[in-house]
Amino acid sequence: MAQAAVTSPAAALADAPPAPMERLEFEIVPRAGLPIVAAVLVLLIVAIAVDKLWPLEFFHVVGGATWTVIDLFLGFVIGPILGRLSIPARVEFTTRLMPKMVLIMPTAVTVTLVAGWQLGLKLGTVQSSYHLHAWLVASYIVVGAMAVIALGLLEPANIAVLVELKKPRPNPAVIERLMKRFIYTAGATGLMQIATLLIMTRVASG
Amino acid sequence: MSDRRLPPVTQLGMLSLALVIAGGIYLAAHLPRHVPLGPAVALVGASALVLAGNMLALARVRGFPWERFFEIARWALVGYAIVAGMIEYVFLRNQLSGGPLVVMTISLILFAFNVPILIAFTVARYQET
Repeated sequence: MAQAAVTSPAAALADAPPAPMERLEFEIVPRAGLPIVAAVLVLLIVAIAVDKLWPLEFFHVVGGATWTVIDLFLGFVIGPILGRLSIPARVEFTTRLMPKMVLIMPTAVTVTLVAGWQLGLKLGTVQSSYHLHAWLVASYIVVGAMAVIALGLLEPANIAVLVELKKPRPNPAVIERLMKRFIYTAGATGLMQIATLLIMTRVASG
Repeated sequence: MSDRRLPPVTQLGMLSLALVIAGGIYLAAHLPRHVPLGPAVALVGASALVLAGNMLALARVRGFPWERFFEIARWALVGYAIVAGMIEYVFLRNQLSGGPLVVMTISLILFAFNVPILIAFTVARYQET
C-alpha cells in the first residue's frame, strides 16, 4: 500500500516538465565585504608609501599564500568534489562560495603583485643584475599565463553563473556548462600555482 | 541555451589580454633599467588592434543584449580600474617616467577594458535563456 502511494505520484510526474530550480537569495558582489577590501587596499597604499620591509613582506606573503592556496584548493579539492555533486547541491554551494571569490581573488592578486613589485625593488630582486633574475622572469610568465586564463575564462564564468542563478528561472544547462568551465580552469591555474611555488621557494632560498 | 552564432569574443579578448600582459612582462623584465621600447610598443599596439577588432565584431551582432552587457561591464570596469590604478601607483611611486610609463599606462588601460568586456560578454550571451 505504502509502495503504491509512493509510486503513483512519481509515475504521474514522469511526464511532467522538469521542476524549476530553487532560487536562492544572495548578492553577486557581497556588499559587506567591500569595506574590508577598501581597508586592505588603503593599507597596501600606505605600505608602499612608507616602503618598509615588514609591511611589504607581510602583504606579499599573505596575498601570495591566499592566492596560491585558494587556487590549489579550488583546483584539486573543491573542483573535483563540485563536479560530482548534484545540480541542486552544486547551486547551493556555488551561491555561498562564488560571491566571496568575486572579492577575495582580485584583492589577493592585486596585493601580491603590487606589494611584490615594491618588495622586489627594495630587495633588488627585480633588477636584471640579480643572479636569479631568470627565475623572476619565469614567475612573471607563469603569473601572466594564469592571469589570461583566470581573467579570460574563470572570472567571467564565475560572474555568469551567479547572474544566471539570480534569474527568476535559472537554466541548469547554462549553469552546468559554466561550472565545467570554472572547474577546468581552476584545475589549470592550480597546476600553474605549483610552478609558482617552485620558483618562489627557489628565489627565497637565494 | 542560445545557438546564435557569435564572434569569438572570448578568444580574441584572451589574445588581446595575452599580448598586453606579454608587453608588461617584457617591460618588467627590464625595469628599472633602460628598456628598448620597440617590442613593448609592438605588443601593446597589437593588443589594441585585437581589442578594437573584437569590439567591432561584437557591435555587428544583431539583437545582442547590450543593456545587460553594459550593466555588467561598467561595474567590472570600476573594479579593474582600481586594480590597474594600484599597479600604476606602484610604478609612479618608483619614479617610472617617459616612454616606459606611457607604454605601461596604455597597457594597464587595455587590461582594464579587456577584462570587463570578457566578463560582460560571457554574462550577456546567456541573457536570452
